[in-house]
Amino acid sequence: MSDTLIKTIFGRLTLESFPIHEPIVLATFVVVALGGVALLLALTYFKLWGYLWKEWFTSVDHKKIGIMYMVLGLVMLLRGFADAIMMRLQQAMAFGANEGYLNAHHFDQIFTAHGVIMIFFVAMPFVTGLMNYVVPLQIGARDVSFPFLNNFSFWMTAAGAVIVMASLFVGEFARTGWLAMAPLSGLDYSPDVGVDYYIWALQVAGVGTLLSGVNLLATIVKMRAPGMTMMKMPVFTWSALVTNVLIVAAFPVLTAVLAMLSLDRYVGTNFFTNTGGGNPMMYVNMIWIWGHPEVYILILPAFGIFSEVVSTFSGKRLFGYTSMIYALIVICILAYLVWLHHFFTMGSGASVNSFFGITTMIISIPTGAKIFNWLFTMYKGRIRFELPMMWSIAFMLTFVIGGMTGVLLAVPPADFVLHNSLFLIAHFHNVIIGGVLFGLFAGINYWWPKAFGFKLDKKWGLVSFWCWVVGFWVAFTPLYILGLMGVTRRLRHFDDPSLQIWFIIAGIGAAIIAVGIAAFLIQIFVSVRNREQLRDFTGDPWDGRSLEWATSSPPPEYNFAFTPVIHDLDAWYDMKSREAARPTTGFRDIHMPKSTGAGVILAGLSAVIAMAMIWYIWWLAILGFVGLLVVAIGHTFNYDRDFHIPAEEVTRVENLRTQALAARG
Amino acid sequence: MATTMTETTPPGTEAPAFWDLDPHEHPPGASTMLGFWLYLMSDCLIFAMLFAAWGVYGAAYAGGPTPKELFDLKLVAVNTAMLLLSSITYGFAMISSDEKRQGAVLGWLAATGLFGAAFLAIELYEFSHLLHEGAGPQRSAFLSAFFTLVGTHGLHVTFGLIWLVTLMVQVARRGLEPANLRRLQCLSLFWHFLDVIWIGVFTFVYLLGVMR
Repeated sequence: MSDTLIKTIFGRLTLESFPIHEPIVLATFVVVALGGVALLLALTYFKLWGYLWKEWFTSVDHKKIGIMYMVLGLVMLLRGFADAIMMRLQQAMAFGANEGYLNAHHFDQIFTAHGVIMIFFVAMPFVTGLMNYVVPLQIGARDVSFPFLNNFSFWMTAAGAVIVMASLFVGEFARTGWLAMAPLSGLDYSPDVGVDYYIWALQVAGVGTLLSGVNLLATIVKMRAPGMTMMKMPVFTWSALVTNVLIVAAFPVLTAVLAMLSLDRYVGTNFFTNTGGGNPMMYVNMIWIWGHPEVYILILPAFGIFSEVVSTFSGKRLFGYTSMIYALIVICILAYLVWLHHFFTMGSGASVNSFFGITTMIISIPTGAKIFNWLFTMYKGRIRFELPMMWSIAFMLTFVIGGMTGVLLAVPPADFVLHNSLFLIAHFHNVIIGGVLFGLFAGINYWWPKAFGFKLDKKWGLVSFWCWVVGFWVAFTPLYILGLMGVTRRLRHFDDPSLQIWFIIAGIGAAIIAVGIAAFLIQIFVSVRNREQLRDFTGDPWDGRSLEWATSSPPPEYNFAFTPVIHDLDAWYDMKSREAARPTTGFRDIHMPKSTGAGVILAGLSAVIAMAMIWYIWWLAILGFVGLLVVAIGHTFNYDRDFHIPAEEVTRVENLRTQALAARG
Repeated sequence: MATTMTETTPPGTEAPAFWDLDPHEHPPGASTMLGFWLYLMSDCLIFAMLFAAWGVYGAAYAGGPTPKELFDLKLVAVNTAMLLLSSITYGFAMISSDEKRQGAVLGWLAATGLFGAAFLAIELYEFSHLLHEGAGPQRSAFLSAFFTLVGTHGLHVTFGLIWLVTLMVQVARRGLEPANLRRLQCLSLFWHFLDVIWIGVFTFVYLLGVMR
């Protein structure tokens, strides 16, 4: 075949694109491939494909979609953490004559992939998954406003994750850092496929995130149970509302800036180039206009989780509910007024830097108010030290330090010294691990019994908890110290041997965290094995206060046989204390949305288009796009999107619950 | 409003209803308008970023041609008229849909589609003319921003046209039933939104560009 024909068919994909010359990548590939084949064979052997397709992949049930998001986040956490531990190992070794075990080409991909994966494909799916699962239950709804869109959003996020994972084995990932700053990410300095992988993974996943933001917003505004005014909404739902406002207002910015970067790379425009009138600082500004709200998109739901957990396990109404809500709203607004603090060193002048320094510091006020509210909720409460509560307390202790180093970095002169240093790295891991991740673990331990009907094992939960908390401090305190000494981020090799001890300590910390992750997996395994002992028949294992605890665990497909009516902020606590009896007769047909495979197909085609665009396989991109249009239009011709669960079926399910409740007294 | 289950109420206490025992159905599509508005606002932010890029790069000619040399305001005026007329005809389609006159709806939609296609044709002519003069998006940041902003709007109009044709088929096949009426309303929002964006493009890109 002629060269042009091969080029037309395969674009720039050649045999060299497969990294067979990189032993580490090759070994990873072999392990992943064997694991993948084993999984596929197991699924086929146990005849699970039909079940997965019918009950999960095509499901529009917000609970199942929520769980799928959590699974995606967990899988990607393992990948992101593998990157972390590789970096720690390299930096602990590579001093003086020792070059370590990673070459620069590989190391640069690893720190980029670590950041991208942890933010977009770990933290985001976890946060979205919890919101998806919990919010409709908390507001007494049967599903979200747009159930099909919800399924589609999940699959777009998953498709983005697949694209990132593909870069490990076909071609390479970006070597630019997690925000792909221009002009480094331009075609001149990154001519290979890495940045294209980055762009397309984020664009595809970004569609999912944006649509799920629209969906949850509409759900919270439109689908609340009667009586639930805005100021009677549970705090987690409030935090989800504010978060989704941030998502809808921030993600289009990312879409736009990445689109401009793609045009620079594919068409040859001059947005972020050094020549032709372009301006790389425009990219930095625009990406942080999305990027700063993004960190609040991650932390605000965690704040919501802590509010629920602290109130439940202190056995008290949340202290200062109203101020909590206003704090969320103030943080939401301020999130848009601080982006420039990420690049004080750009040189925009003292006045501009002062403005952004001050707005940044002001954020600590509503955040501090929230911390005090949690403390006052605990004050004189009957605190139960269950796992979610322990994560919450660890969060308060850890996050406060991270918050204060953040305020320190908000001072422009200090930032000039610490910009791009390991101090910054320690700071944002301090708030993202100590805030977001601890919050997610609190949330997972808190809502697991709701989702599966049994609690998580406490012993292994404690092992995981202590390893994470201790491991975090062992891993990141040295980075604070190194940062203060002036060590910058993303270095593969060091000359000064006196620094090595700190990197070794940090490596030990990462190893402790690895034990924490292993313990978490064991915790899930042990809990599933011992599920009969850990079983909860009441649907309310923690003596909860909000509506999700009013239904069975796991909730029936329709969530609530009758729509609850809300009279108090702590709606379920109110029902319990006023002895509101659960209706046991008179069930009716329930109107529900139908499952559809369109979401899987559309997201699959999007992934194909993305891969074709990355590899310049134009015919496939065009074909994929036509396919996408045809399937999307075809889907709009399907008017038969709902069905009714017959009253007899509802009666049967509810009678089972009546019996289970009666058997327990 | 709900009725309580009398046998579950302890005697002598005031018992508010905790469960709505009447069927509680959200009519299909009750959130659609809000959801579509939210989507439009997010789309509006994409345009906001493109306008911001125009604001920064609008005078970054890099030694190349300037708006004064490139833009033909008469052509743009005709183009603007096409889009505005298409909005009016869409409005008539909506009035006809209120009156349940299916044939009229389809007729006005067809007129909207024709005006929209005319708009696109003129825009493509303008683009090809610019490319022919060597003023492509690669020439300078000014032209990158111009082509991206105007082109993104044009892409939206293109998708609007595809949607319009699809919806015409659906209305013709299933009539003015609730789902189709909802879709007509969504497309209406979308179409008028593109009009509003175009007013911004016409003002900030063409008029102020030529004055620069």
